[in-house]
Amino acid sequence: MSVAGPHPSWDLVADWEQLTAYPFMVQALEAGAIVAVMAGAIGWFMVLRRQTFAGHTLAMISFPGAAAATLAAIPIAFGYFGACGLGALALAAVGREGSGGRAGESAAIGTVQAFALGLGFLFVGLYGGQLAGLEALLFGTFLGITEGQVVTLLCIAVITLLVLAALARPLFYASVDGAVARAGGVPTRFLGVAFLLLLGMAVAATSEIVGALLVFALLVTPAATAQLITARPVRGLLLSVVFAFAVTWLGLGIAYFSPYPVGFWVTSLSFGLYVLTRLCPLSPRGRQRTEAPPAVA
Amino acid sequence: MTEAISLSGAAASRGGAPVWSGVDLGIARGEFVAVLGPNGAGKSTFLDVALGLLPLSAGGVSVLGATPRAARARIGYLPQRRSFDASTRVRGVDVVRLGLDGARWGLPLPAALSGSARAARAKVAEVVELVGASAYAERPIGSLSGGEQQRLLIGQALVRDPEMLLLDEPLDSLDLPNQAAVAALVQRICRTQGVTVVLVAHDVNPILGYLDRVVYFAGGHGVEGPPREVIRADVLSELYGSPIEVVETRSGRLIVVGTPDAGGHSGDCGGHDHAADERQAERPVAEREPAG
Ligand SMILES: Nc1ncnc2c1ncn2[C@@H]1O[C@H](COP(=O)(O)OP(=O)(O)OP(=O)(O)O)[C@@H](O)[C@H]1O
Ligand SMILES: [Mg+2]
Repeated sequence: MSVAGPHPSWDLVADWEQLTAYPFMVQALEAGAIVAVMAGAIGWFMVLRRQTFAGHTLAMISFPGAAAATLAAIPIAFGYFGACGLGALALAAVGREGSGGRAGESAAIGTVQAFALGLGFLFVGLYGGQLAGLEALLFGTFLGITEGQVVTLLCIAVITLLVLAALARPLFYASVDGAVARAGGVPTRFLGVAFLLLLGMAVAATSEIVGALLVFALLVTPAATAQLITARPVRGLLLSVVFAFAVTWLGLGIAYFSPYPVGFWVTSLSFGLYVLTRLCPLSPRGRQRTEAPPAVA
Repeated sequence: MTEAISLSGAAASRGGAPVWSGVDLGIARGEFVAVLGPNGAGKSTFLDVALGLLPLSAGGVSVLGATPRAARARIGYLPQRRSFDASTRVRGVDVVRLGLDGARWGLPLPAALSGSARAARAKVAEVVELVGASAYAERPIGSLSGGEQQRLLIGQALVRDPEMLLLDEPLDSLDLPNQAAVAALVQRICRTQGVTVVLVAHDVNPILGYLDRVVYFAGGHGVEGPPREVIRADVLSELYGSPIEVVETRSGRLIVVGTPDAGGHSGDCGGHDHAADERQAERPVAEREPAG
């Protein structure tokens, strides 16, 4: 990271004052918090629905979107959100095989992903291949966030999370138990499309901040960690949000006092948390092995 | 009182191909009914029709005195061959709870704040107790055995106090003691709660003693009646359009011999047929006695 000067004093209040002395840091912290909450919540559903591949593809799609926006000299946010929105609709269209078509679906999604990456390289090539720009698209622009971007992100996050809250219970039903939900009158198809759109918004917002390649540090890892720790839905969702938030702010804080980039710290922290949880014998995974005697009616 | 399910001159087709036609049947309320037939004969299709998921291509259907769609909220449903793999990190009680209010929009309120959430929790606990799953309902459902999952799923189908249960092969993939136990559980629910039970099965023997009626699909048609009047050589021969024998063992098991393969149909679990039934026929009788 560019600011190599400051040193931590290990006095948390003083460090916090150092951290927030510059507006760019404040905006990074604000944007990071917004994106982390959004990614943590939507990522939890993504992991539950086993749609990480779709999420990954949306992240790859955000890259040509951003490259195209740069090329056309329009605000880069339009590129991210436009590409992810269209990408979500495209995924909904290729994935409409209905039940059982998982393998065909993931192959179709993979095809879309390969094409999106090809487009991205085309746009970068047309742009003149300026490496600095490419790096920002792939690894994020954490420290170049403007106040306007923060406000836009906040609006999008609030809308996305309100919609998610409204859909939450039937979405959970459709994700866990699609056939019964459909038979009980839950509009599973509509929910599938709506969720892909929400996922597109979360991926676009996250990509804009942490870059297309590091999206998963906030979208998958906190959610996967939370699901290792608890099988309770509400608790898991909250944990996922807390983890995403914690790794983002800690990552920003450490990066501020270290020569290494934010993206590295955020991904390492979330990976570390995941590994620790997996290894930790106290996690409820261990309990699964205690077999209850078969009850007989 | 109206019938639980009645079909008149009913025909169903899937993907343009007819599955069965000319089916007339009436299932009375409170009955325990088995739906039998070879793979691909249209047993699951029959349940889809009763749930309003598939419209008939001809004829009429009425479910609990209404159209299938209107009756849907009063039916508990267990789809075919559903098991949660080990990575499913959702507790059994949550799966049961979904059957109660999973279709409602919005976030659930915590039980500490809301009386209805407390009532819902109590209802779930009651049903879990009823299906005998209390010992493991708090564990992630992916970590449970097939039989344990099946009990919880039956609980999920029961949690809204349905008037009718539609169960698609609930005994599938259970060992014989568990088949007997789950069959006994379903029968107990049918008798004590007055719930109509329509259960798709491949092997009639674990439930033979409990049945009021069977519906048998084969050869593009369906017949219904009391078990021993339908599972008879002449009835089944006519249904299949080829000679069928029915053998009754000394212990009262019925074995259908000589069923032709389901023709050009490719049922969704192609290989499972009489070989399995014959293996079962050789098993000692004691193994399948209901244990409770
Ligand atoms: N979604 C579908 N689209 C097209 N055809 C279908 C579909 N589902 C089932 N079929 C066909 O309809 C016929 C009846 O299927 P159904 O699932 O009702 O059989 P089943 O009696 O339940 O068989 P099984 O014992 O294997 O469960 C089969 O020939 C099957 O190939
Ligand atoms: Mg079937």
